[in-house]
Amino acid sequence: MARTVAAFKVDYFQFLGPDGKLVDSQHVPNLARDFERLSELYKLMVLTRTFDKKAVALQRTGKLGTYASSLGHEAAHVAIGASMRDEDCFAPMYREYGAQFYRGVKMSEVLLYWGGDERGNDFSGPRHDFAWCVPIATQCLHAAGAAMAYKLRGEERVAVSVVGDGGSSKGDFLEAINAASAWKLPLVLVIINNQWAISVPRSKQNSAATLAQKGIAGGLPSIQVDGNDLIACLWAMDKAVKAAREGKGAFVIEMMTYRLSDHTTADDARRYRPQDEVDAAWEKEPLTRLRKYLISQGAWDEEREAELVAECSEFVQEAANEYLDKVTNDPQPVTAMFDYMFAELPHDLAEQRAYAEQYPEDGGHH
Amino acid sequence: MAQITLIEGVTLALARAMQEDPSVVVLGEDVGVNGGVFRATAGLQQTFGDERVIDTPLAEVMIAGVTVGMAAQGMKPVAEAQFCGFTMPMIDHLMCHAGRMRNRTRGRLSCPMVLRFPTGGGIHAPEHHSESPESLFAHMPGLRVVMPSSPSRAYGLLLAAIRDPDPVIFMEPKRIYRWQREEVIDDGEELPLDVCFTLRDGQDITLVTWGAMVKETLQAADQLEKQGVSVEVIDVATISPLDMDTIIESVERTGRCVIIQEAPKHCGLASEIAANLADAGIFNLLAPVKRVCGYDTVMPLYRNEMKYMPSVRRIVDAAQQVLEVS
Ligand SMILES: Cc1ncc(C[n+]2csc(CCOP(=O)(O)OP(=O)(O)O)c2C)c(N)n1
Repeated sequence: MARTVAAFKVDYFQFLGPDGKLVDSQHVPNLARDFERLSELYKLMVLTRTFDKKAVALQRTGKLGTYASSLGHEAAHVAIGASMRDEDCFAPMYREYGAQFYRGVKMSEVLLYWGGDERGNDFSGPRHDFAWCVPIATQCLHAAGAAMAYKLRGEERVAVSVVGDGGSSKGDFLEAINAASAWKLPLVLVIINNQWAISVPRSKQNSAATLAQKGIAGGLPSIQVDGNDLIACLWAMDKAVKAAREGKGAFVIEMMTYRLSDHTTADDARRYRPQDEVDAAWEKEPLTRLRKYLISQGAWDEEREAELVAECSEFVQEAANEYLDKVTNDPQPVTAMFDYMFAELPHDLAEQRAYAEQYPEDGGHH
Repeated sequence: MAQITLIEGVTLALARAMQEDPSVVVLGEDVGVNGGVFRATAGLQQTFGDERVIDTPLAEVMIAGVTVGMAAQGMKPVAEAQFCGFTMPMIDHLMCHAGRMRNRTRGRLSCPMVLRFPTGGGIHAPEHHSESPESLFAHMPGLRVVMPSSPSRAYGLLLAAIRDPDPVIFMEPKRIYRWQREEVIDDGEELPLDVCFTLRDGQDITLVTWGAMVKETLQAADQLEKQGVSVEVIDVATISPLDMDTIIESVERTGRCVIIQEAPKHCGLASEIAANLADAGIFNLLAPVKRVCGYDTVMPLYRNEMKYMPSVRRIVDAAQQVLEVS
């Protein structure tokens, strides 16, 4: 005879619907009425989107390398940033600009990085935050390690990491969950489920009903939220970060969103993705719904919107100018590649550095 | 007969191998519907179906481990890693299992797999896309490491790699994926593994290289020829096991040698070749053997990556230094 020794469920949270109206308004968290906070975050979402558009335009005109767009992820990203304190640690993947801008990373620094200049990684966000992480999911384990360090030193700090739906297939992600569960780490792992890992859809990553349940398998409380609903994302992040800070252990949040752009500027999503799916996703995107909501509550209006749009485009243009000025008028010399290899330049590398100085020209043309 | 590029040589070889042997299966991230991020597998899923051209979940350890398992049970999996940097998690399965399956089981099981991926810099890609890790793989016993440098060698060597009864790491120099077109006959003829190709005969100096650096090395040879130097150029092609006989025979004749690699200098294949030349005790060696390499640094992001890579001037200068010793 069988008896149930464990049973699980995964809850899904949405507070703000695609139409900009509250869903089940009696049960929405208080922050849904915190119009000041919501307006500030709305502004950052608009700024992030403006930045994104500019970055793509820079790439298209040959002024930036391959760039990974965050179009459609603004609510998720901004909520992640807004839930954290400076002293917490962010281990991003490569497109969470909204979170990083909130934490103080400058736009010109993001542009430097994608513009092929290492100085972008020397960013002015919290200096202990990790750099952009291209190898998928490895950042989850670094965040677990950071959380371990805080726990061992008895610091009230939290590590937050982000992984994609594709990245949730990697051992690193599952191993981070396991470590966090074994050691009760102050860690929040966010799966940004934007439905596609380049051309491979969510349905081909595995046949589980949710990705959040991977957290449950590892022993962590795990939920799903509407990743285009800023209120739901923020509520979930606030709750998870608070629990982690209070020593209650780690949390997994799957944010359901959609990648409205190509995977990167090197990709052409039309090859594998139906246009009607993309069109339908636009109906649920995060900016419009929050704007509608704020306007309906008298917390925002068209005039402020117009001002914001003008401000954002000016701000972004300044960042682009700063970036272009730096790479044009103050480029890294050939010796830059040697200078941070070790704390002190070893003899052998010093010789190579001197040799490289004699050959500042380009090799290996394509 | 078609004039094709290196990457089209890869596609052609894959299609030919799949046609002739139903146990050949292609797998990797985005290899199916999308035809690979570089389009190396373009059209294959349409032709062979999604059970022979498999879009995998995003997990390199899984791809490597599953490939070893399939190969050991009689399939011929050809796995793709999207970029050289993402093969690092695969090393566990390559080192601990693929390379030693035959030896460990005393020949009872083997691992006739191919892992192919784009390698090297020069296309302005993001971090971890542009390294040249051939020496890492060459350091692992039991693996063959192959790198073509032309469309016909891509076709012929990949066919040989797929038909080979042992694991092959097939590294594709992506900077020259579309550099050159060549007439390639799709006749299923393979090219031999484990031998170097002499691309150009000469009497005064031997330049040894492989992969994308073949391009700059040939350009350097042109410049040197204009100065009246007769240059022999050797494309190593199979990095491991290494055909030293061809190289030694050449250097015995020319008495001078420069080895050119894009990879970092320290513990690279160039060092291996130089050590073997020293070992061979060539009595008619007229000058020290020189290496022109990438630096022992992290491959820089794209604004400086071209400065990292050996330039024609670096190669010509090194050759001249070697020629000056009398
Ligand atoms: C280990 C590793 N393998 C492959 C890649 C190439 N790659 C870059 S992004 C990507 C898809 C990522 O999809 P997902 O995790 O869902 O995140 P998204 O980009 O959609 O936000 C792939 C395969 C990589 N960066 N790292």
